[in-house]
Amino acid sequence: MATTSIPGSVPATRAVSRSSTSARWLAVLRTPVGAAAGLLLIGFLALSIIAPPLWADDANAVDTDSILQGPSAEHLVGTDNLGRDLFLRVLVASASSIQLALLATGLAVMAGVILGSVPLLVGPRLGRLITSAINIAIAFPGLLLALFFAVIFGVGSTGAVLAIGAAGAPSFARLMLTLTASVIERDYVSAARIAGVGRVRILLRHVLPNIGEPLVVNATIGAGGALLAFASLSFLGLGVQPPAYDWGQLLNTGLNSIYRNPAAAFAPGIAVVLAGLAFNMLGESIAQIIGAPTIRSGSPTHRRRGLRTASHPLPPEESRSTTSDRVLDVVDLSVTFPGADGPVRPVRGINLTVQRGEAVGIVGESGSGKSLTALAIARLVEEPGQVDAERLEFLGVDLLSGSEREHRDLLGTSLAVVFQDPMTSFNPTQRMGRQLAEVAEQHQGMNRRHAFLRAIDRLRAVRVPTPALRAQQYPHQFSGGMRQRAMIGMGLMGSPALIVADEPTTALDPTVQQQVLRLLASIRRADDVAILLISHDVSVVAELCDRVLVMYAGQIVEDLPVAELTTRARHPYTRALIAAVPTMRTDLGMPLNAIPGLPVDPAHVPVGCPYAARCPRADDHCRGEDPPLVADAAGRRVACWHADEREES
Amino acid sequence: MSELCFHDVSIRFGGLRHGLTAVDHASLTVPDSGIVGLVGESGSGKSTLARAAVGLVPLSGGRIELNGRPLARRGPESRRVQMIFQDPSSALNPRMSVGESIAEAFPRGSTASTRRAEVARLLELVHLDRAHAKSSPARMSGGQRQRVALARALASRPEVVIADEITSALDVSIQGTVINVLRDLQRELGISVLFISHNLPLVRYMSDSIAVMYLGRIVEQGPAEQILGNAQHPYTRELLAAVPDSSRQAQRQDVQDFVLHPAVVSEPTDPEPLHNGCRYHSRCPVGPLTNPERGICRTEDPSEEHANEAACHFAEPRTPPSTDGTSVASAASTSVRKSL
Repeated sequence: MATTSIPGSVPATRAVSRSSTSARWLAVLRTPVGAAAGLLLIGFLALSIIAPPLWADDANAVDTDSILQGPSAEHLVGTDNLGRDLFLRVLVASASSIQLALLATGLAVMAGVILGSVPLLVGPRLGRLITSAINIAIAFPGLLLALFFAVIFGVGSTGAVLAIGAAGAPSFARLMLTLTASVIERDYVSAARIAGVGRVRILLRHVLPNIGEPLVVNATIGAGGALLAFASLSFLGLGVQPPAYDWGQLLNTGLNSIYRNPAAAFAPGIAVVLAGLAFNMLGESIAQIIGAPTIRSGSPTHRRRGLRTASHPLPPEESRSTTSDRVLDVVDLSVTFPGADGPVRPVRGINLTVQRGEAVGIVGESGSGKSLTALAIARLVEEPGQVDAERLEFLGVDLLSGSEREHRDLLGTSLAVVFQDPMTSFNPTQRMGRQLAEVAEQHQGMNRRHAFLRAIDRLRAVRVPTPALRAQQYPHQFSGGMRQRAMIGMGLMGSPALIVADEPTTALDPTVQQQVLRLLASIRRADDVAILLISHDVSVVAELCDRVLVMYAGQIVEDLPVAELTTRARHPYTRALIAAVPTMRTDLGMPLNAIPGLPVDPAHVPVGCPYAARCPRADDHCRGEDPPLVADAAGRRVACWHADEREES
Repeated sequence: MSELCFHDVSIRFGGLRHGLTAVDHASLTVPDSGIVGLVGESGSGKSTLARAAVGLVPLSGGRIELNGRPLARRGPESRRVQMIFQDPSSALNPRMSVGESIAEAFPRGSTASTRRAEVARLLELVHLDRAHAKSSPARMSGGQRQRVALARALASRPEVVIADEITSALDVSIQGTVINVLRDLQRELGISVLFISHNLPLVRYMSDSIAVMYLGRIVEQGPAEQILGNAQHPYTRELLAAVPDSSRQAQRQDVQDFVLHPAVVSEPTDPEPLHNGCRYHSRCPVGPLTNPERGICRTEDPSEEHANEAACHFAEPRTPPSTDGTSVASAASTSVRKSL
């Protein structure tokens, strides 16, 4: 039934999770800090361009009648020892100060990029030598290097530019090395190498464009530093020489008369600070935006109840058993994130109950909302995500009201969560036993020794061999499968009533995957623990669970017993998912089944049945109205207008 | 004729004392127009072997030959072996359009219009709309990106394509779109394929012959039907037993008293330090852990002189005795593919 046609083109509704580059740069100016810094910087740049032609003559006009005056209406910050107006001189000095700082920064970036890309071009052996040289150079303080070079290059603005440029080069070279190393490992660079693309072209086409943004950010921040360094050099008399002047030099002369006219020293000082801040803050705010290229918008994340897209009433899961047996009871669960065009709801109106000792699986493609559902149940959705529900009860306790602290203890002891990647779930610097013991200390108030003994006992329970020895080891000394079992062991430190396992075997090899599934099964049988297993692979869920919930576009579209999965699935999506899994009996003569088209983008949920665009049975009714999730007498639920039609063969 | 041969290949990382042998004396032949499946767990050296074939990793011993000649490192000959990687998110340069990425492999000097036409032809080969040439990779799904990666590999007009776990990062629901295209193109263009995966049903679907790797060593290889139907090495049998199977659900009630077998509990040991004997003995369910009289597994490295080239002391003997030294895998190219 599932067709194998290959989607020729992407539907226009496919969202661009990353906004375009120019839009992201503009977003910098929308943050308050970014806007302030940007305006300030534009002001300074404009000043540095227009000040010399407008005021240079006045600023250099010697007026022997008004030597060393204090601030007055005529001379805002007074005059110097030749009677020149200091305010105008500060304005005009912006040209040399800013331009020389930019020149020095440009020099540092250029030298750094060239130096930093040499190791890539010359091959590993010579490259290592250059890398070491850069690392040694970076150990010297920048200003010290600048002073050193200033002496070598000679006193004067040219010397100072060269000095500051040379002093800044090692740090940009180092940055270049680090950034290059992260790009060079990517597969597209390997592919280009295999295709015979030369090193220079790899540098120009693959490396530089992909590290441009962080380089620009650091150059902006670096310009602020260069400005300060330049002012320092001039202040010390090593930079700009009279009769030319910049802020550093004005500060120097102003300092001589600080008791008579403090404004003469303050004015250039304030100018240096403001210009330096403008560069730095702009750099930092760009870094913040660029560093987090995710959905961002100005819309606040306050609670939005009653923002329901499902138009039909949602049938609660009724009468499977009495409430007391329910470990988990969820009614109308939604998760909302703020998006660029209004709130996005990746999880929409989930109803589900899990009985004591029951194993329930949730399957669906990536983006179907299955993991978010699990996170929402475990109260692990972070800001700006917003979880709403009519009812969210765990062991009869309402998680929507009451104190978070009580919930934390309840969840800490009675709910275990197992994630996909066990390596990132453990702290690599702590011994395994300690990390497990911490759970018991936190939530059960055990003392250190008892908690540690319990940890060893739990490691044994999850079949970690020689647990007493293993408890003393660090996570990297465990293999992937053993780490995942230890993660389950951590969940068993309390006495969990529910284990939420989010793709627990996806990162594991098939033989090890089998062990983890069997371990979960045996824990479940031994202690009557309920399991909520999330996976994209129907066959994994079928191995462990009694009941399967199939999710699509943030909704449950079918809920049925595992035993009926292959034979009596009623939703076309469920059938397509099962057909897509190759087995050891797949017909070698036929193409593999695949679901045509793309999953629904949560930001653009279509009207009607969300699966209609990919469904072979979709008709106008499907495209117009979203089918409700209807339960039959046996408690199976399905959301499809055509659920009860016989499959045409 | 395009046959990729690994002869006794060894690959070591790091220094002599603290180094790690990722691939240990592996011999494997990808025959002309054949598909060889390479299975094994992560860390078994599958990807390292593949990367060596395209020159991304230097060899420490042995040699890799294409059509009987050592692989060229430079020039157009070096592009005869191409590779597709696992991770669709890093497969394409986000700063280049799809068309630019594909065109990168074209010989220099071709005109813009021939490039455009060739990009369009390649995109259509992998069942993508030619309009995608101008798309940014960020706008494409994982399955589409993997197909672009395939088109890019084909741009070099390769004789051998190495597919390294190309669908393991994709949803099962769209895995078929990539696999079908690869299989169709392999048949159409007659390229040879080394198909690396830990998904046995997928390997069975794709491959004429199968090689099994464990801790850097190829422990069993042969025609697909033989490996799947008559596995000799206990590790291969473990892999086969681990394939999820819906018919096993009925037996699930037995799980109640499930205790992990001591052999299963132990984990793959690090390839280094090399212990004596068979490297699988510490995990082997039929080895010295359960059969104390099989001490030979601890002391002696098994040879491959068994059926399916199995590196196991207790595998069946070769029948019929192989007449020459060539790998069984090369014989698979002539064998008729049968449904299993």
